[in-house]
Amino acid sequence: MSEMLTIRNDTDLLEEEEHHSLRGREFGFWLFLMGDAVIFALLFATYVVLSGNSAAGPTSQQVFDLSHTAIETALLLVSSLTFGIASLAMDKGHGRAVILWLLITLGLGLGFLVMEVLEFRGMILQGAGPDVSGFLSAFFTLVGMHGAHVAMGSVGILVMIGQVMTKGLTLPVRSRLNRLGLFWHFLDIVWIGIFSVVYLPGVM
Amino acid sequence: MDHTDHTEHRSLGTYLTGFALAIVLTAIPFGLVWTGALTGPAVYGVIAAAAVIQVLVHLVFFLHLDFKSTPGENLFFLAFAAVLICIMVGGSLWIMFDLHHRMM
Repeated sequence: MSEMLTIRNDTDLLEEEEHHSLRGREFGFWLFLMGDAVIFALLFATYVVLSGNSAAGPTSQQVFDLSHTAIETALLLVSSLTFGIASLAMDKGHGRAVILWLLITLGLGLGFLVMEVLEFRGMILQGAGPDVSGFLSAFFTLVGMHGAHVAMGSVGILVMIGQVMTKGLTLPVRSRLNRLGLFWHFLDIVWIGIFSVVYLPGVM
Repeated sequence: MDHTDHTEHRSLGTYLTGFALAIVLTAIPFGLVWTGALTGPAVYGVIAAAAVIQVLVHLVFFLHLDFKSTPGENLFFLAFAAVLICIMVGGSLWIMFDLHHRMM
């Protein structure tokens, strides 16, 4: 009887340790996000400073297409909602629903990336590549940096789908999914800045 | 102990509310620029205001930040990052546009 009690206390202790360690990781991930936000803020400042310097090359009015941006915005915003629904399914312990909603989120993220690559490709083909002017260098750096983040987030979603399938919704898996969710929602926040600072003023 | 930490304050309702608010706050600046209903500095004001409010909406409804359940240190570092961003972005723009003005 007393042996049973010690074992239970040990498991409790282990679980407590695990919670403690995961809380630390969630805090660490939050610090990473805040640092990332500072990096993006500086790229925004660089873009605003250079946005008028088109050096006789194409200007923002000539290369931006607002309806293209609107569709990209919609894809990212809906993907934020579907990731949220995946998180809710995780809270309820429905592994299959988590995988399904993560797959939908991944599809929307990849759709966003395809649109961005098409936009970049079209711009480079019409002679508006990153080497043309300060404005275009800053544009490709800022928007490309966000695109690279979305690509990494998509890899993360793929990895987490694999983990939910093989390990199930264990405590560490749920913690990782929560952190990936923070990352994904954060990218949507950065995109608000991009359409408000880059595209909307750019077409006016 | 606190494995219900995230679950208590997130529900389909919060996500849908955030989603609806985000759509409205995105549609306003896009619609204004698209239709050209407003011109001049007023448009920039509306775009900036909608963006700031939408960032707050995302922080509250998607990242579930609030003063009760979010750990204090997370909010502290969010505020710290915000101060850093204001100093560095504001300072860079101030210096560069002042320089630009003097070179004209």
